[in-house]
Amino acid sequence: MSLALRGVPRPVATERGTAPAFGLWVAATAVGALVLLPVVYLAIRASEADAGSWDLVLRARTVWLAVRTLGLAAAVTGAAVAIGVPAAWLTTRTDLPGRRVWSLLLALPLVIPSYVGAFALLAALGPRGLLRGAVARATGWESLPDISGFPGAFIALTLFTYPYVYLLVGAAIRGLDPALEDATRGLGMGRWRSFFRLTLPLLRPSIAAGGLLVALYTLHDFGAVSMMRFQAFTHAIYLQYRGAFDRTPAAIFSLMLIAIAAVILVAERRARGRARYSSVRSAGRPPEPLALGRWKWPAISFCGIVVTLAFVLPIGVVLWWFVRGLAAGGEARLTWTAAGTSIGLSVMGALLATVAALPLALVAARRRDAVGAMADRVAWFGYALPGLVVALAFVFFAANFAPILYQSVPLVVIAYVVLFLPQSVEPIRSALLQVGPRLEEVGRSLGRTRSEVFRAVVVPLIGRGALAGAALVFLTAMKELPATLLLRPTGVETLATRVWTGATAGLYSKAAGPALLLVIVCAVPLYFLARRLEVTRVPELEMHPE
Amino acid sequence: MRLRLITLILLASLGAACDAGATAPGTDEGEGTGTVTVYSGRDEEFVGPLFEQFESDTGIELEVRYGDSAELAATILEEGDASPADVFLSQDAGSLGAVAAEGLFAEIPDEILERVDERFRSTEGTWVGTSGRGRVAAYNVDAVDDAELPDSILGFTDPAWKGRIGFPPTNSSFQAFVAAMIELEGEEATRTFLEGLVENEPELYEDNGTTVRAIAAGDIDVGFVNHYYIYEVAAEEGDIPVANHFFADGDPGALVNSAGAGILGTSANPSGAERLVDYLTGEEGQTYFAEETWEYPVVSGYEPSVDLVPLADIESPDVDLSDLAGTIEPALDLLAEVGLL
Repeated sequence: MSLALRGVPRPVATERGTAPAFGLWVAATAVGALVLLPVVYLAIRASEADAGSWDLVLRARTVWLAVRTLGLAAAVTGAAVAIGVPAAWLTTRTDLPGRRVWSLLLALPLVIPSYVGAFALLAALGPRGLLRGAVARATGWESLPDISGFPGAFIALTLFTYPYVYLLVGAAIRGLDPALEDATRGLGMGRWRSFFRLTLPLLRPSIAAGGLLVALYTLHDFGAVSMMRFQAFTHAIYLQYRGAFDRTPAAIFSLMLIAIAAVILVAERRARGRARYSSVRSAGRPPEPLALGRWKWPAISFCGIVVTLAFVLPIGVVLWWFVRGLAAGGEARLTWTAAGTSIGLSVMGALLATVAALPLALVAARRRDAVGAMADRVAWFGYALPGLVVALAFVFFAANFAPILYQSVPLVVIAYVVLFLPQSVEPIRSALLQVGPRLEEVGRSLGRTRSEVFRAVVVPLIGRGALAGAALVFLTAMKELPATLLLRPTGVETLATRVWTGATAGLYSKAAGPALLLVIVCAVPLYFLARRLEVTRVPELEMHPE
Repeated sequence: MRLRLITLILLASLGAACDAGATAPGTDEGEGTGTVTVYSGRDEEFVGPLFEQFESDTGIELEVRYGDSAELAATILEEGDASPADVFLSQDAGSLGAVAAEGLFAEIPDEILERVDERFRSTEGTWVGTSGRGRVAAYNVDAVDDAELPDSILGFTDPAWKGRIGFPPTNSSFQAFVAAMIELEGEEATRTFLEGLVENEPELYEDNGTTVRAIAAGDIDVGFVNHYYIYEVAAEEGDIPVANHFFADGDPGALVNSAGAGILGTSANPSGAERLVDYLTGEEGQTYFAEETWEYPVVSGYEPSVDLVPLADIESPDVDLSDLAGTIEPALDLLAEVGLL
């Protein structure tokens, strides 16, 4: 009974009508089980713990790490929302000059792997920084603040994760009914008041979803925090794998990380309360863009600064190395085969993640009880863990119980789904919340079966959310490294593994080619996505007989 | 229209991915003796050419999976008896020790084992070193007079070095050095040393390469790195005014770590695996590591290609390299305590 028909007479409760609901449960359960596999693995490893492991784990230092990690997550989330929401609003509802270009540029930092981004920030602002050196030479001012530690981790993670908020909120704004805003304006509210009193509250689910993606990304990130020398909780996990070679404490630490994530998820749910937002869209009159007037230049500067720091700076550093490599007679290393493999794996990941997300999102959006809450939250288990941990879980299960899958393309794709599932569940769920169950009820009352209603009404309405989610999964899969490295078929190279190959050897000019290609290859689908999301599509309520 | 285009792109890219995947399964035939699967924690940039040379010399085909040494060790532990790997080539002795400790390595034949310097092989005969990597103080020759350089790394706590030193505290070689120091000198002495370094306001870098570049640019005068980075950076940047300073015998600063290899007990092709380890510790391998990656050969009769203190003359501190795992934890705690992490 997931497609809630509460309070509506059921004219045609045929057997055909109930079948999809059962299928939905089966699908949701299967996806949930898949996502829980890494947790099962961790429980197995943790159960091997002896007193020594527990002594190691239960220390004041563990609490200290947890507190600083939560602090970092809170700061990064706050900053990402502060950047993402205005950026989304400016590029969708105002007459910002060059809107379309900005809307692409503001999304692009998402494709920059956090270790590349952090490296670039250090290369520009670190002790050996290009920018720092230039400032010192020009002004004699030697003491630009050192950014390593908390500030560096905070800046890097904010700059490379705010696009989650930006993209989800942008999609939500485009799905809003302009008639509502018109109504408030008709009641004499100014544009700004209307934004704060009406639009912002309506955007709360998408802000919350984007914020959660940012917060839990911060929890599981290791690349940026380690490069910035900020000791986060993932340090404890990596130390066990890399330094002490002890899987048991690593597993206990990982379970603790999931517990921390659970605290954040519960807190977010409390904050969100029982609010549900749904409105049936009226006929598609595109909203009139707000004239920025004297706010035009501040708005342009805002977008400009964000894009400069989050995109131009890292790409500039990469280009600098690229050109140096070429000048020194090196190859360009624009590895097109690796690009093809990256795209193939990421597209499969995005498609499978969308298919897997649908049942969870439907159950989550249509059930108000504990089951709905579970469906919503189960997707986050894989996302809360560092890629290395999820990868090792799949190494364990596949090598020992499904050798045919081990080191195969399907296994990599499955790992992507487990790692990135919330990125596709959240936009779909947000879209469903905006749509509301009423339309389905109308469709059913017209005598259509559940699956017909689903195809004709729900799919077009959540299409935008599904597309945004698939794009998020695609872009993050493109830069995924730890799981790809451990699970790929031997010899298969992606752009991320090529970047890694050059960078670990300390040969940055050799990492530059694939890194550039990664950005180029991601920019193209992102451009089409932005175009597509811009087109206002209104589903036809009239039902065509087949 | 557009939908059709997107579908086309999707199909094309799926094709590319599957194509790449299709090359994976090994063919167990061929002129040599089948295929050997190698898990390599050493970078493709550095060992890739050597592997190709091995293939053409022996006719044995290699399936090489590159990754981080410690992560590959963790992978092998998770695979257990189901591991497809035949040989594990690691950047450091610690990762080899972790796999050996779980009993997953077969014994290396004596004739291979015994040619390698005793300091760089497992006492149980489960792995052998393939090349050595020394800890040094790299210094800018224009800024530092070599008479000024101390015999012991402890000398760098002298106020004369204030504002002149730097190192990468997150680098695993640096951390292994701190762990070795704890083993040798105890925790208190190590803490005093690290606090002394902090007093001298060191610049902290993200990796060895950046540290050497900073020395070359004159940002700092001295950096603690592995010995071959000055050659790596020079290969990319051209001539740099940087030289290596070696510490005195037995000094914790004079640690020499080893890259090495072990053969998995579950190997489906033990003879091929032995051929590879034989090759790595034989003439081709040792010459390659000396000339192409500027490392120390670990078999007597081979000399480093660059101006290094010969391995035989270095009395490296007496620590078991494959068993530093136990002191890594206190080492990192100390580094965090004094504010270096």
